[in-house]
Amino acid sequence: MKIRTSLFRQVFYSILLPVSLLAMWELLSRKGVFSPQVLPAPSQVFLRWIDYLKPLEPYDAEKTGAVVWLSSGELPHDALASFLRVMGGFAIGTGLALPLGLLMGTRIFIYNLCNPLIQILRPIPPIAYIPLAILWFGLGNPPALFLISLGAFFPVLMNTISGVRHVDPLLIRAARNLGAQGFTLFLRIILPAASPYILTGLRVGIGVAFIVVIVAEMIAVNNGLGYRILEAREYLWSDKIIAGMITIGLLGLAIDTVMSRINNYLLRWHRRQD
Amino acid sequence: MNITKNINSLAPQVIMENVHKIFSSGQREVIALKGITLSISNGEFVSILGPSGCGKSTLLNAIAGFSLPTSGRLVANGAEVTLPGPDRGMVFQEYALFPWMTVADNISFGLKIKKLPKQKIREMVDALLVKLQLQDFRERFPKDLSGGMKQRVAIARVLALDPPMMLMDEPFGALDALTRRNLQDELLRIWMEFRKTVIFVTHSIEESIYLADRVVVMTYRPGTIKQIVPVELSRPRDVSSLQFISLQKELTSLVMEEQMRYREEEVEEM
Repeated sequence: MKIRTSLFRQVFYSILLPVSLLAMWELLSRKGVFSPQVLPAPSQVFLRWIDYLKPLEPYDAEKTGAVVWLSSGELPHDALASFLRVMGGFAIGTGLALPLGLLMGTRIFIYNLCNPLIQILRPIPPIAYIPLAILWFGLGNPPALFLISLGAFFPVLMNTISGVRHVDPLLIRAARNLGAQGFTLFLRIILPAASPYILTGLRVGIGVAFIVVIVAEMIAVNNGLGYRILEAREYLWSDKIIAGMITIGLLGLAIDTVMSRINNYLLRWHRRQD
Repeated sequence: MNITKNINSLAPQVIMENVHKIFSSGQREVIALKGITLSISNGEFVSILGPSGCGKSTLLNAIAGFSLPTSGRLVANGAEVTLPGPDRGMVFQEYALFPWMTVADNISFGLKIKKLPKQKIREMVDALLVKLQLQDFRERFPKDLSGGMKQRVAIARVLALDPPMMLMDEPFGALDALTRRNLQDELLRIWMEFRKTVIFVTHSIEESIYLADRVVVMTYRPGTIKQIVPVELSRPRDVSSLQFISLQKELTSLVMEEQMRYREEEVEEM
C-alpha cells in the first residue's frame, strides 16, 4: 500500500472540488442561467477584485515610492482598516479579560462576586449592543472598537478562568515543595500551566473580534471591508460584494493561521491530543 | 555538605508523637492517622508499608507539610512542620514534572527560586544530569521521556536543593519491573553516597525489604503503626537469600491481616 501519495496527487485532490464548482459556476453564468446582478460569474468577480486591489492613481515616481504606490488601492486600505480595528478591539478586550480572568480563577471570592453578572451578560451577542454603542460613542471608530472588544472579552475571560482552575494541583504541590510561594508560584507555575487554555481563548477571541468588525463596519464607519460590502450592495455591485467577501475570508484565514503558528510554537511542550 | 546535620547527628531527623489526622466532610469523619508515634534517625532509609487506603500517603504528606496533623507533635529537620519546603524534597508517583519546562529547567527550578547565580546553577544541573544519566536529555520536554527517565528528572530536581530528607510516595509504582529495579539500585547508590534520610512509601513488600533499614507496617483505617520490622541485611541484598525470604514471609502475613480487614470493610460498604 503506497503510504506516501505524491505531492501532485495531494494538490490535485485538494483543489478538485473548489475548481470544479468554480468551473460549473462560470459555465452556467456564461450560459445566462444566473442574472449577472444576482450571481456574477467568477471571471467577473475576479476582474472586480483586481480593480479593487489596484492603486487608484497612476504611478508617479516623484510623489511616492513603489511599495507605497502598490498598496494604495482601495482594498489594501480597507483591509488595513479592518485589521487595525480587529487588533485594537482585541487588545482592549483581552487587556480587560485576562487580568479579570486570572483574578477570578485564583480568588474564589472574586469569582463568586463577578460570576452572576458575567453569566447574564455573556449570552447577549455584541450585535445587540449596536444601538447602545452608537448612542454612547457616536459614529466612527469608538463604537466599532467597543463592539469588537466586547466580542473578544468573553471567550478570553471564560477560557482564562477555566485554565487557571484546571491547573493540576499536583504541580502546585511539587512547586511548593521546591520552595515556590505566592507570586512566584503564580507567575512560574499557574500561568504556564494555564497557557494552553488561555491561548485557546485568545484564538477564539480574535475569531469573534473578526466577525464583529465586519458587522461594526457596516453600521458605524465609512471604510473597511465590512463598509465596502455594504456600499457595494447599495450600488448593486454584486461582483464587488463577492470580491469583498473573499477578501474577508482570506484576511480571516491569515489571522487564524498566524495565531495557530504562534500557539504551536508556544505550546510545543504540550502533549498532542490528536 | 550539611553542617547542621553534623551538629544534630544524634537528634532524630523526624519526630512524630501521637499524631492524629482526621478528615471531615460534612457529617462524615475519617480517621486517617491515629496515635502515630515514630522517630526516624539521620541518614536512615525507612519504608512505610501497607495496603491501599491505610494512610501511608497521609503520613508522608503530613511530614511534607501539605496536610498538617489534626493533633500531635511533628518535628522534621529540627523544626516543627508548618509549611512545605525544599528541606523535605518529595518525589511523586506521577512524576509531577513541569511539562512546559525542559529537563534542565525542571532540575534548576528550585535553584532559580533560591536566586543562585546562573553559572553555579548551570554547573549543578550538569553534575546532576551526569549523576542521573540524563546528559543526552538536557533540552528535552517531559512529554518525550519514558517513565523511568521522568522519575530520574524528578529525583534530580529534588537533589538539586540538597535536602537532608527525601520523601518518596510510591515513586516506582508506575514503572515496569526492569526499570523499577534499575531505579531502586540507582536510588540506593545515591543514598549511600549522600546519606540522606529517606522515607519511602510503598505497597510492595519486596521493594520495602530490598531498600529499607526499617519497615514500618501500617494498619488499615484508622492508620496506626502495626509493627516496625528492622532489616539488617547488607546491601546489595539478594532477593533469593533465606533471610530475605523469611522477612518476606513475616511482612506478608502482617500485611495480609490488614488486607483482610480492607476487604471486609469493602464488602460491608457494599
